[in-house]
Amino acid sequence: MRNVYVLGVGMIKFGRYPDKDVPELAAQAALLALKDAGMTMKDIQLLASGNLLQAGAMVGQRLLQQIGQTGIPVINVANACATGSTAFREAYFAVGSGEYEVAMAVGSEQMGKAGLLGGGGASREGSVEGILGSGLMPAVFGQAGVEHMRKHGTKMEHFAKISVKNHKHSTKNPLSQYQNEMDLDAVMKARMIAYPNTLYMCCPTGDGAAAAIVVSEAVMKKYAKKPVKVGCSVLTSDPWSDRDLTLPDVSTLTRTAAKQAYERAGVGPEDLDLVELHDCFATAELLHYENLGLCKEGEAGRGVDEGWFAHGGKSPVNVSGGLLSKGHPLGATGVANIYEVVMHLRGEAGARQVEGAKVGLAHVIGLGSACTIHILTA
Amino acid sequence: MAEGTQASGEKKARPIVPFLRLGDRPHLVGKKCDQCGAVYLGNRVACSKCSTTGPFSEIPLSTKGSLWVYSIVHQSAPGIPTPYVAAIVDLPEGVSVRCNIIDVEPDPAKIPFGMPVEMITRKVREDKEGNDIIAFFFRPASKN
Ligand SMILES: [Zn+2]
Repeated sequence: MRNVYVLGVGMIKFGRYPDKDVPELAAQAALLALKDAGMTMKDIQLLASGNLLQAGAMVGQRLLQQIGQTGIPVINVANACATGSTAFREAYFAVGSGEYEVAMAVGSEQMGKAGLLGGGGASREGSVEGILGSGLMPAVFGQAGVEHMRKHGTKMEHFAKISVKNHKHSTKNPLSQYQNEMDLDAVMKARMIAYPNTLYMCCPTGDGAAAAIVVSEAVMKKYAKKPVKVGCSVLTSDPWSDRDLTLPDVSTLTRTAAKQAYERAGVGPEDLDLVELHDCFATAELLHYENLGLCKEGEAGRGVDEGWFAHGGKSPVNVSGGLLSKGHPLGATGVANIYEVVMHLRGEAGARQVEGAKVGLAHVIGLGSACTIHILTA
Repeated sequence: MAEGTQASGEKKARPIVPFLRLGDRPHLVGKKCDQCGAVYLGNRVACSKCSTTGPFSEIPLSTKGSLWVYSIVHQSAPGIPTPYVAAIVDLPEGVSVRCNIIDVEPDPAKIPFGMPVEMITRKVREDKEGNDIIAFFFRPASKN
């Protein structure tokens, strides 16, 4: 693999766009990324389009109908919540392999008010949902959090504090779906969804799109942009575990990916200036502190209490607001994480800038199961 | 017991999943990989741990186990009554079971980790032919 760089990124504000359709949302993000890169569609040699809920609808080709049908190869990607990041990975390989010089990844999703609870239980005939436990995400990530409580004595308050942190971060991100602070009491006392996660400890549903343009070193040098290098692109799936298929193993998936990512990028968790990780629920974020090696085993609760993962702390996590407040339009999320890290590495993240950021990590998991990690360096 | 047609019009009890066996002593059955010892609920084409294509032995599973983790679900998909305690129970044969815990208050203070639990079965609905669909649940183990 040769070196690959991110030349342009774009993202629309996450939220609700009932009057638009998915290709329109994707097109807006793509145009922003083209403008950022100083390119037009005629420069793009391959498109990887990530969208989950319309996985059969050829969103990538419909995106090109919106902004320019240049006849290039299009890959439509669906990979659970890792859909967008897997699309980015496809663009990365297209350039890294030497086959293409310029590739674009676009992630998009329109969820409306459906979303995470929508699937699984709609048909009562034959469904075991709610009778033989639950396979729905709130229960799965509730259980994953309770497992940490069982092993390490973690308290519900620790999870709630993560929601408070990410909501606070989002007030400085104009593209975040929500930009309101939440105090601990409000989070703790909000309606319970699946213990220990209350409403504000679950990511909202919404619509959004983000895009990234990756290029070879030769192309990068022609543009007056601060180079951001893709240090690694890792993708994993669930290995066998003793509680196989009863308790989706959200941790091993990420631990395997992190180990590979640090080896390939030649950096360790202590080198990271910022991390955008998959806080689909507050419980998930706490687990991933340890899964990504940002703190030692069993120390995540203490780290939360001591502010290690807040903006200004020793290991800032989700300074964008995270999925909890920035929002989680499934197919857009992975590319939006890349967007966030790139903006910081260029020093263009505005009020939420992590000063002097040189190395950032973007992490996404999807059940069940896919985990991507990209490490980017300035 | 004859499978399939309902020519007689007689209603039958049917397990909600194939790995639940009904009868006098309802229990779950697992498939054990003879090569690596991994135990599954349900079938595999090849072992998901060691990839051998078999053979697999069928083993009856204990009706007693212990609570590993749970979540108390207050909001679920449309039509599913809440709250309920969605849990993972570990059985002594080395297999884990996704289930509901019943006969407990949906309150974390009342649900101790490692709690001994036992399996029971209940009718949960009828299918289109009017057969009783039987599901399994776990509840705190009786003290005898
Ligand atoms: Zn095996």
